[in-house]
Amino acid sequence: MKRKFDPLQNYKRTMKAIGYVPRKQATEADYKRIGFMSGLEVHQQLKTKEKLFCRCPAGIYHQHDDYNAEIIRHMRPTLSELGEYDGTALMEFKTRKEIQYRINNKTACTYEVDDTPPFRIDPEALEIALEISILSKLNIVGEVHITRKQYLDGSIPTGFQRTAILGVDGEIQLKNKPVRLLQLSIEEDSCREISDIGHVRIYKTDRLGMPLIETVTYADMFTPDELAEAAQYIRFLNRSSGKVRTGIGSGREDVNVSCRGGQRVEIKGVAHNKWIPELSHNEAFRQWALLHIRKILNDKIGDGKTWKPEQIQLDYDVFSITFEPLKLARDKGYKLVAINLPGFRGILSHFTQPGKTFADELSDRLKVIACIEKPNMIHTEQFKSILTRADLDIIAPLLHAQEEDAQVVFWGPAEDIPTAIETIEERCRIAFVDVPRETRKSFINGTTVFERVLPGPDRMYPDTDSAPIPLRDDYINKLRNNLPIDVSERFHQLKKWEVPEDTYHYILKKNLVPYIEKITGELGFSPRFVGTFFGHTLKNIEGKMKPHPDFSYDKIYGLFKFIRKKKLVEDISRIMLPMVYEYPSMEFESVLTVLKFKKRSMDDLLAPIEFLHEKFKEIKISDGDEVTINWLMGQVHKQAAGNVSLAELRQNIEKIIK
Amino acid sequence: MEDFFQGYKGRSLETLKKYNVRVWGQAEINTTRGQFRGTVLPRSENDDDTHIVLKIITGYNIGIDIFTVITMKEVGYQKANYKIPEKEFPYHEGLPKVKLIGTGGTIASRLDYRTGAVIPAFSPGELYGAVPELADICNLTTEKIFAVFSENMGPENYKVLAVKIGKEIENGIDGIVIGHGTDTLHHTSAALTFMIQNSPVPIVLVGSQRSSDRPSSDAALNLIHATYAAGHGDIAEVMICMFGPTSDEYGFLHRGTRVRKMHSSYRSTFRTIGDTPLATVTRKGVVPIKQEYNHRRKDRKVDIFPYFEEKVSIVYYYPNMQPDIIDSLVDNGYKGIVIAGTGLGHVNKPLYPAIERAYKKGVHIFMTVQTLWGYVHMFVYDTGRDLMAKGIIPAENMLPEVAYIKLGWVLGQTDDPEEVRRLMLTPVNDETTPREPYNGYLIYQGGVKEVDDFVRRVHK
Repeated sequence: MKRKFDPLQNYKRTMKAIGYVPRKQATEADYKRIGFMSGLEVHQQLKTKEKLFCRCPAGIYHQHDDYNAEIIRHMRPTLSELGEYDGTALMEFKTRKEIQYRINNKTACTYEVDDTPPFRIDPEALEIALEISILSKLNIVGEVHITRKQYLDGSIPTGFQRTAILGVDGEIQLKNKPVRLLQLSIEEDSCREISDIGHVRIYKTDRLGMPLIETVTYADMFTPDELAEAAQYIRFLNRSSGKVRTGIGSGREDVNVSCRGGQRVEIKGVAHNKWIPELSHNEAFRQWALLHIRKILNDKIGDGKTWKPEQIQLDYDVFSITFEPLKLARDKGYKLVAINLPGFRGILSHFTQPGKTFADELSDRLKVIACIEKPNMIHTEQFKSILTRADLDIIAPLLHAQEEDAQVVFWGPAEDIPTAIETIEERCRIAFVDVPRETRKSFINGTTVFERVLPGPDRMYPDTDSAPIPLRDDYINKLRNNLPIDVSERFHQLKKWEVPEDTYHYILKKNLVPYIEKITGELGFSPRFVGTFFGHTLKNIEGKMKPHPDFSYDKIYGLFKFIRKKKLVEDISRIMLPMVYEYPSMEFESVLTVLKFKKRSMDDLLAPIEFLHEKFKEIKISDGDEVTINWLMGQVHKQAAGNVSLAELRQNIEKIIK
Repeated sequence: MEDFFQGYKGRSLETLKKYNVRVWGQAEINTTRGQFRGTVLPRSENDDDTHIVLKIITGYNIGIDIFTVITMKEVGYQKANYKIPEKEFPYHEGLPKVKLIGTGGTIASRLDYRTGAVIPAFSPGELYGAVPELADICNLTTEKIFAVFSENMGPENYKVLAVKIGKEIENGIDGIVIGHGTDTLHHTSAALTFMIQNSPVPIVLVGSQRSSDRPSSDAALNLIHATYAAGHGDIAEVMICMFGPTSDEYGFLHRGTRVRKMHSSYRSTFRTIGDTPLATVTRKGVVPIKQEYNHRRKDRKVDIFPYFEEKVSIVYYYPNMQPDIIDSLVDNGYKGIVIAGTGLGHVNKPLYPAIERAYKKGVHIFMTVQTLWGYVHMFVYDTGRDLMAKGIIPAENMLPEVAYIKLGWVLGQTDDPEEVRRLMLTPVNDETTPREPYNGYLIYQGGVKEVDDFVRRVHK
């Protein structure tokens, strides 16, 4: 008699068994328990006119279909130092991808597609990167050596990225601890992917070659929050130079995560720092779950050395097919294969990430390595079963399946089937031994999918196309003497100014301290007022209105200068800002006219108070001086704004009515 | 004696010696810019003497300015040894025998990750390791007969190659592939066309525009195409096999006398000039474009003419060229001059006396065009007629480089003016053609809508 097995119950049970807690409920003790460890690779585009190794303009982007020509490449692995192919290399070669590059003449030349050797490194980019290196307290190298770092996914048409180390061993100071920086490099950005379907991957080359820096930390962060704080800090530090790009895609993080006994797994290209905690939390627990799976398998089956799945090709007629993807597969003439995984009952539905199980690890790899689009498989432990009892009764005997086994049925083009079988077998074998070293792609919901095998260290070699660049002491010292103020000092500065703390993030993110300094220093406004003006008033308006392309922070400086010149009171800035933000080309004088502003003295403003006071007595519905004063202020504050301080006006009104 | 300081010289060498740190030593270096750790690497000979190269733990290289060094210590030592893995090239009954002759260009190579030096792979075993597809195409043997850069290939090499290939053909090879740097590939292909005539098998010259140490190299695909054309193709001529478009799509087979390198760095740099290429080639086969060519034969007959007169020059005419340019060639004993003239084949009047003088001294002068496309037409203008009267012979639509090679080859056999003229103007294999087809000159210009539409649609 067959035991009843409920995959959903198994998922919940295993989630509990590994002690998974949602991030919101997780404590430091949870992270200690699983040995959470993480580091960052922070990528930041630099604001330069040109690309790093050619003279194409930087920062111009195109729609997918806006291109002038297309070229095709296939990446071949080259032999590594020991005569072995790198793991990633082998995987990428297995996938036999045809890479298509879309080229727009405005943003790409023959360099991007590797038909011309590199030109001299862009001096503007190098200088910005060096400034940030110095700010990061790194030891600056004596000579810059351009290195090639291999990438076989096609994201760079040469098959490698040109990159160079500018400094090593730096440090940043977080709230509670210092974090060590391993290195900072300058490098060229890669292509943007348009699609990756089956054996064809399409890229566009607009972003390719743009200058970028990568700041790498040691794995010094032991909770997701520390990790996010470090990411934030590095972002602020980069922005404090005032010479980096901002906006979508200009700063991206690779997050390296492991749990105790796990492996370094790299979550690639996280575009928003706010996603980092959830992603790293889930990744650490995914590894924790995989280690649990390993234990189950080792206990049940042993080391897995003799473990061998069995597979057969199926006929579609065997089933009563109602599952739509399977119908489509049949119509396309795909092969249908069933594979038996001995002893894997309870593994396929084992929890790995919220809403995901070990079966997803197989499906992800089928997509990436065997190039079979999802949905690409069904199996015996789906929460909502697609394989019926009747189907299984046919398949199980063919595979000599036992009760403790699990079965996967997948489909794909005939030529991809051998790779697919190999892929499933390989992933299952790894489960007996280790957490696989991978790079993973992130999703907004905090989960990740397999992207590729993590490349080994043997993929770095000197760029024979470019000469080393010496960095003399006098040049470095000149840069050192012109640096912006350190981010941690900025914190102190804001504190000292008594700017409200809830504005810090915004002010540092937008690198506004230099503006506050300028407005207060040159025009004599209080830093507390100006800081609050930026962090509350401007932020509030930004959240409500679309920015006009002509609006810049210089307008705000202009606004305060105007207020000073007209001898107005600073409060008027808050009333004028929405107009200035929406119509930045309008003269400030006209803004005042539109706002119906009239110059009034304190006496002018106080003149109708007695009359109004009498009137209030007639219409009031509650008593008390406070109520009265508030009502009176409400009547005159609009006329008062910009003319007198509201606090002073209030005091005067108080005097009159008492 | 072992060189512990490879590539270091002057002050950087002194620094290394002072602190007893060797190349391949793991060093800890204290500098005014902080501490650095890594393996000391050899330094390129052409770089300055004020930096030390270090490979740091993350695999990157950096340079240390010796003027910032406070102290330095060797804490370990590990010398790197490299060897390319060899896998035995499998023999498959029934596949054609192809000989790959190496001249010095690296067809396949492996990078030494620690120094960045390129280690050429050349034995069949090494090649099989790098391009395993070759084993499905042919049974390959290899021989390296020179180790020179393309620009150093010259007449002596051409002759040795010709004789060598002649022997291979007699010995029953089914096809020849010659690995060669790309800069002068077309000079060698012209020379071999003249020196090896009536070959029963394909002779394919191949190179690469991107070194084979990079994943996007054209080397492997070019080699696959070349071995395919040599082993299976029906065209038994001297040909150059290189990328058709810059995309990894198909290769062209170009006739050895009508081809030229036309871009300093593009993969699709070789173009047939004034005609169409002979054929396209992919992994699936050779598809002829031209209908007429020399077919593969079963016999082993071949004519080898390994001759070359080195006192031949090529003069690229420019406005205001002075007669002493010609005079000095004559005074230095040159026997043949090819002029690449302007337009239809012209030079300025001040050169006339020098040309007359050269002709009288028995120098053979041929006119080609620097426009590359088109024929020399010296009857159209007076200038041309004047020049012919002074002894210059128009060389039809022969490419200037090809005319240079051919004149050297001809003068290696005879200096009888009539015989020289006859040999020069009798084509061996299309170095001059009786007619120029309309699709022999296709240099479209970008910006024109129809052209841009075409470029967007068809892979470059």
